[in-house]
Formats: sequence, structure tokens, C-alpha cells
Amino acid sequence: MTADRLRRLLTGSYLVIFFAYLFLPLLVMSAATFNSSRFPTITPWMGFTLGWFSALWADQRMWSALGTSLIVGAGVILVSVPLGLAAALLLDRLHSRAKTFLYALAVSPLLTPGVIVGISTLVFWREWFGVTGGLFLTIVAQSSFIAAYAMLLFSARLQRFDLTLEEAALDLGATHGQVFRRITLPYLTPSILSASLLAFLQSFENYNTTLFVRGLETTLTVYIASKVRTGLTPAVNALSLILIALTVLGAVAYEILRRREARQAAGAAGAEG
Amino acid sequence: MTEVIRRYGPVLTGLILLAVALWLALLVVLPQIMMVDFSFRPSLPPSKLGGPEDVYTIKNYATLWTNQIHLAIFIKTIWASALVTAVTLAVCYPVAFYLAQVAPKRRLPLLMLMLIVPFWINELLRTFSWYIILAFNGLLNSLLVGLGIFDEPQRMLGGDVGVIVGMVYVYILFMVFPLYNAIESLDRNQIEAARDLGAGWLRIHWRVVLPHAKPGIAVGCIMTFMLAAGSYAVPALLGGPQSRWFTEVIYNWFFEGGNWNQGAAYAFILLVLCIGVILTAMKLFRVGLTDIAK
Repeated sequence: MTADRLRRLLTGSYLVIFFAYLFLPLLVMSAATFNSSRFPTITPWMGFTLGWFSALWADQRMWSALGTSLIVGAGVILVSVPLGLAAALLLDRLHSRAKTFLYALAVSPLLTPGVIVGISTLVFWREWFGVTGGLFLTIVAQSSFIAAYAMLLFSARLQRFDLTLEEAALDLGATHGQVFRRITLPYLTPSILSASLLAFLQSFENYNTTLFVRGLETTLTVYIASKVRTGLTPAVNALSLILIALTVLGAVAYEILRRREARQAAGAAGAEG
Repeated sequence: MTEVIRRYGPVLTGLILLAVALWLALLVVLPQIMMVDFSFRPSLPPSKLGGPEDVYTIKNYATLWTNQIHLAIFIKTIWASALVTAVTLAVCYPVAFYLAQVAPKRRLPLLMLMLIVPFWINELLRTFSWYIILAFNGLLNSLLVGLGIFDEPQRMLGGDVGVIVGMVYVYILFMVFPLYNAIESLDRNQIEAARDLGAGWLRIHWRVVLPHAKPGIAVGCIMTFMLAAGSYAVPALLGGPQSRWFTEVIYNWFFEGGNWNQGAAYAFILLVLCIGVILTAMKLFRVGLTDIAK
């Protein structure tokens, strides 16, 4: 065997092991849902069951936690997407120093540990406004950094925006409001959709920040964590399996959309050149 | 500024400025300032607020020095997060290099999708999957006993090892993508040229690929370290009373100790640690903030 073939074999095996490492734990966790053992495991296998799905369905606390997560997610979309959009519109028109400074400020929450975002929000709102932890603070704390994700999405799309469209409309006598409603906003619609999706997913899966600002509210991630620590049954695996299945579907759909848009952008650039 | 008004008109500009100001002031800057201010004040009952005892003090920071247990946890959080970062870097480098330079183009979309999908899955669920594997009657114990390596199952949850293993798994994808992006921009001809000039593969990586990948390494290391040091979910699920993380100490000051000022001081120490790591990495690898937040 030549050195080249040996190296290729080693690389190949490494990749197989790496992807097995990524997926096997998730498969094991999902498989444990169908084991009729009372503790979630696949060893020993006690027989196939779908019973843990009905146990999950009957759990009132799970439903109320899901409801809370949905409300928070909707709130985060309503707050973070407009804020991210406004910041992207502003940064797109600024130059040099001011832009660098605002940009650094806006992305700083992404480089701050989630627990600190939660803590600073909790302290600030209690001291200044007397607001304590709950739905409102959860939405506020999550939005403070999710707005930055939204901003990055909008900025990326604005970079490819053809400014002459706005110029032309203004020259032809359109008002600024009309230009924004009829040209800028429609151009940004795909990004508004993907920013909303991203904001919802980020909110839905958030744990570290939520933990500090939730007050007496229980979101779905808080519910799962508390179940793991006290009262773990394969019903938690059933919930995990459902969430993973939904995530995989969402991720694949998002990727297909993103790649289609990237191809269109490349095609448009090719046509111009 | 005039250009902003020229493009959006006065009304829209006003709304934009208002929104950005609200976001950055109320949700980002003021809370941080308030947290720092709070951390330098003593914890007092409401009746004594504003009284003679309500003065700035560094007492809350001194606590970390005097409390040996907390100091040990803080130091462990630093070295364990550094270890997690180093391990993820070592594991990801070959994968990123293969995907960016070696993999056939037609196979790439599928391979990337296989990386992206687990990345989207909730951090808590990925942590939970290791709980199932590391549990006393979990898969790993059954396997090791079955193979005759262990005589009987061992406790793998509730210790530092379990937490570190879990963190490597949960945060590995934050390393792989920055590395891939950096190595992908390397012209393959450079590698060919080095090879033609007689460099061995080790030398090619050390002198050509690694220097080029520096920004990616910096970004990956910053993200992984920050996520590991600031993690609450992983130590809460996979650790125990013997393997507490610094974030858990902070949480206890807030919700069990009832001393928010003390908790705010610890939180600020954690923030300073992360900022220190970010600045060091940026200096060491010569990258800017725009390279990081992509």
C-alpha cells in the first residue's frame, strides 16, 4: 500500500468516526424513547413501546411550558426583528468611526456569556423600573442579543442592494415613506422571514439567559432541564425526539432556501458581469 | 448622518434612530453599567438603602479571594474551558481541512448539511444525549462492562470529566465552521507549490495552512471558550455538587444566597475573563471584531 492510499484511508476513517460521534448520541437518545424501561437507556432493551409519547401527551406541565415558549418566541420576534432591521438600515448608511463603534456595540451581546445578559437585565429592570423576572423580562433579555443576529442577516442582504432603485424612485418624486414601503421593504422580505425564523429558534432553545429572568415562568427548555434533574423518564426522550425531528426539517428547509437564494445572487452577479 | 436623512427622510430616520437608541441603551449598555455599579455596592435591606452604609466598596470582589472553594471553582472553570477549547480545535482541524481542501466538490453540500443539522439542535438536548450515554446504567457503562474493560459500572455523571466530555460535544460545531471558512479561502496552489518544493505534509500544515487559518482559529477559540466558561446547561445536567461551575456559583448567589450584589460582582469577573480572552486572541492572531461576528 502506498503512503498516499494509507493517508486517504486514515482521513476517511477519521471522518466516519467524527460524523458517528456527532450523530450517535442523538440516535441513542432517540432510540431510548421506544424502550419500555422506566429509565431512559437502550441497555438493556426491555421491549418496544410507544407509551412514552402518550405519557408526554398527558403531561399538563409540558403543555403549559410549550405555551410559554411560544409566547416568548412570538414576543422576541416582534421586538428583535424591527430592532435588528433599524440597526442594519442605519449602519448601511454610516461610514468610518461611527459605524465601527455602533457595530461593536451592537454585536457585543453575542460575545457576552448568556448568563451575564440575563443577570444584567434582571438587575437593571428591578433597580430602575421595579420590574421583576417574568415573561416581559425574558422577552427583553433574549431580544437584546437576538436583535444582533437579525441585524447581521439584514446587513448581509443590504450589501447586495441596488441603491440606484431608491435613487430613481426619489428622483421620480416618490416620498421617503413610499420608497421604504414599495422598494426597500419588499427587497428585505426574505430576510425578514429568515430573521423571524432564526429569532424564534434562538428564543425557543435559550436556556442560560432565560434561567435568570424567567421569574416563576417555565419555558420548554427550563422544563426539560428540571425533568432531567428530578423525575427523568423516557417521556423526556420522546419530547427531545419530536423537537429534533422538527429542527432537522426546519434546518433542511432553511438550507435549501439559503442555497437557492445564494445561487440566484450568483446568477444575477454573473448576468451583470 | 446627513446621508442617512437624505436616504430615509426625517420621519423614518427618527424612527430608526429611536429604535437603535432604545436597543443599545435600554437592552445593552445600561444593564451592563447597572450590573457593574451594583457589584460595587453592599447588599443592604431596603431600609438602609441610601443610608450611611450605602457606599461603594470592593468587598464583593474580595469575597472571591477569601472564599477558597469559589476561587478553586473559578480557576477550574478557566482551565477546563481552555481544555475544552484545545480539544475541540484538535478534533476539528482535520475535519475542517478535509472539507475545505480535499473533499470532492459534489460531496460537499451533503457533508456541510450533516454538520449544519446537529448545529441547529438545541444545546440542552445535545447535552441530554450525553446524559443518557454516561448514566450509571447507560450505554457506555454497558459497553465497557460487556467488553470486560470494567468489572462493574462506574459513576461517570456528577464529575468534571463528564462535564468536559459533554462540553466538547456541545460546542464542537462553533469551532468547525470558523476553521472551515478560514481554510477554504486558501489557494490550493499554495499547498501544491509547497509539496513540489519538497515539503512534507507536517511542514505544509505548519508553515502554510495553519498561518492562513489564524483568523478562523481565533474566532473558533473565542466562541468555544466563551460558551464553555459561560455554560450553565452542561454542568447543571452532567455535573454534580462536586463539579460545580462558576456560573452555578453565580446562580446560587442570586437565587439561593439572595445576595444579588455579590452575584453581580462574580458575573462581572466572568465577563472580564471573557473580554480578556477575546482581546488576547485578537492580538495573538491579529484579527478584528468584524472577523468575529460573522
